[in-house]
Amino acid sequence: MRKNVIFRGKLLPLLLLLPQLVITGLFFFWPAGQAIWSSMLREDAFGLSSNFVGLENFTDVILDPTWRAAAGTTAVFAFSVAILALSVALLLAVQADKAIRGSSLYKTLLIWPYAVAPAVAAVLWLFLFHPQIGLIGRALSTAQIAWDYRLNGGQAMLLVIVASAWKQVSYNFIFFLAGLQSIPKSVLEAAAIDGARPVRRFWTVVFPLLSPTSFFLLTVNLVYAFFDTFGVIHALTQGGPAKATETLIYKVYIDGVENLNLGSSAAQSVILMLIVIAMTVVQFRFIERKVHY
Amino acid sequence: MLRRTLAKGAVALTTAGVIGGRQAVAQQDPVEIQFWHGLTQPLGGMLEQVVADFNASQQRYRVNATYRGGYGETMVAAIAAFRANNAPHIVQMFEVGTATMMAASRATKPLWELLQQTGVNINFDDVLAGIRGYYSLPDGRMASMPFNSSTSVSFYNKDMFRKAGLDAEKFPTTWPAVAEAARKLKAAGIANPMTTSWPTWLMVEQFSAIHDIPLATKGNGFSGLDTELTINNPLMVRHMQNLIDWHKEGLFRYGGRDSAADGMLSAGECAMTFASSGTRARIKKEARFEWGTAMLPYYDDVPKAPLNSIIGGASLWSMNKGASTGRSDAEWKGIAEFLAWLAKPDVAAKWHTDTGYLPLTRSGYERVKASGFYKENVGADIPIEQMLRGGGTLTENSRGVRLGGFAEIRNIIQEEMEKAFQGQQDAKTLLENATRRGNVVLRNFERANRNG
Repeated sequence: MRKNVIFRGKLLPLLLLLPQLVITGLFFFWPAGQAIWSSMLREDAFGLSSNFVGLENFTDVILDPTWRAAAGTTAVFAFSVAILALSVALLLAVQADKAIRGSSLYKTLLIWPYAVAPAVAAVLWLFLFHPQIGLIGRALSTAQIAWDYRLNGGQAMLLVIVASAWKQVSYNFIFFLAGLQSIPKSVLEAAAIDGARPVRRFWTVVFPLLSPTSFFLLTVNLVYAFFDTFGVIHALTQGGPAKATETLIYKVYIDGVENLNLGSSAAQSVILMLIVIAMTVVQFRFIERKVHY
Repeated sequence: MLRRTLAKGAVALTTAGVIGGRQAVAQQDPVEIQFWHGLTQPLGGMLEQVVADFNASQQRYRVNATYRGGYGETMVAAIAAFRANNAPHIVQMFEVGTATMMAASRATKPLWELLQQTGVNINFDDVLAGIRGYYSLPDGRMASMPFNSSTSVSFYNKDMFRKAGLDAEKFPTTWPAVAEAARKLKAAGIANPMTTSWPTWLMVEQFSAIHDIPLATKGNGFSGLDTELTINNPLMVRHMQNLIDWHKEGLFRYGGRDSAADGMLSAGECAMTFASSGTRARIKKEARFEWGTAMLPYYDDVPKAPLNSIIGGASLWSMNKGASTGRSDAEWKGIAEFLAWLAKPDVAAKWHTDTGYLPLTRSGYERVKASGFYKENVGADIPIEQMLRGGGTLTENSRGVRLGGFAEIRNIIQEEMEKAFQGQQDAKTLLENATRRGNVVLRNFERANRNG
């Protein structure tokens, strides 16, 4: 039994909280409020005339077939990135967790890609897969494979998925490795004594014990694919060809910054904000509770 | 470096404000004029040299030229600065931003008004009609100062032409002849006979102007925001379907949006390309083969073809500081003086010969011609001759395009072309979709700017 300690007075705690509150207010609530406000306006680029239109921007966005197509693209993209990044990272982590020679070097090298900025990562992939200047791209062309992600939507999608997933593997790897190392040896040994082979031990003991980590990472990866892949897409495909790789976040940028359609862009970012809030709630409320430790 | 310039600019701005109040001091301290541009090197350096020459020529005004990223970024930066009450005095705006700037009447001061107010004179009678028309109001008054204008032409690899048994000195003048040449090039083992830069500008905008067909109603948008795209017409369908078929046949290769295909010819990746006349400098630098320039092809069974091509590039706009803050008379005067400097025959001629952009005036062109410049730079006069094709008198269809949200519309057309080249739709559907989506953009722009 713990005894609750109650501090008297409200001033001191408020004072101590103040810096954090100010930062949250200034950098989170204020811009978010601005976004919500502009999502209900229709104005010209210069802000010379603006009309309050209520929720019209939202209905326009939802009825817009290009936005719905972008939502579909985002779903395919985000789940592909998350699943690819998670499975590759898990495989690598399981291998790295074994007693192998030079495992610390191996681990360090695996963590490196995380330090690469998204745009730089994209340029690296560009140098590999560009049909004219890329190493692999040219090899594919020589091998009579029609590789041109600038005109083939499927290939473009594949390229941005792989590039984005590659960037996220390191992050997942660290968490999986830590998760694996925290599994008590005794449990595994007990299973081994009961006659379970390594593959069976992995699926019946290790994998369930890793599930909290996996679910946490799934959310993080989805959020990453939703929001942090802008640099990769911008540098590789600019959302093309023919919108094949235009995700929701990329569309916010295109509509707001390039097309100067501020109301619609703001409405789209508010919708994205709601999606993230929903994902976080699902993560904390339901998944964390249901996962067995 | 940047920070120092900014700090200097800020100090200068405050002093400029003080000067506005005390005319007596104005003679000693120059009035600072901020000029944002979007030209990368080496063009940006050449522009800054022009500015330095202006500053050296007089003491009253000091123009600060700053690079703000590409054209699109410069536009966004200027708009954001205006919203924050800190817009530059002069901004370089690419041609597709013209309608946006024009609709923002309280943000910009039209050139004719600026000149009238400051008493500075620029003679536009002699300016090439294709340039003047693009940046003027329907009644002929100038909206902005034409600065770096280019048009688009054909570039081709003469060595490849010879290899295919074609006449290297004669580029085909019609589209059917281009396709025929492409077939021969293909047969001679050249993987990509042709491509194009700026797919929308070249294959839709230039194409419509040269063949004298409207791109949009209301005189291509010149006389009203309630304009609608008219690109879904039989001639456009015919050309697009040809491009799609040639793409399937391997004669044409889509090289990406906007300027993405610029490097293909000089890298030896294709034999013919259609690109901005400004690509000349790059091809000259990079090409390791003999190359040539020619006018854009056309369909010779179209009665009025070929007319003049239209321009691209950018013009200079004078801007208010913000929605509620104006500028002093001295600042407006400085802006006008600087723009007048750019129009001076020798300044304009040097800009033309240094950069390869079009000359501003017809007399300037004649002067450069007389100096023998085009004899040494064979083909450098093709863009100008093409601008004067069809007699040099513009029709409603060949003076230019003025659509709100034009950058977005260009991308929409490019996207639909990409879909067609992937085999997902034919020319008719392409143009139907582009028209429908483009019209949505036009209606949104009309609505947002109705009270502006």
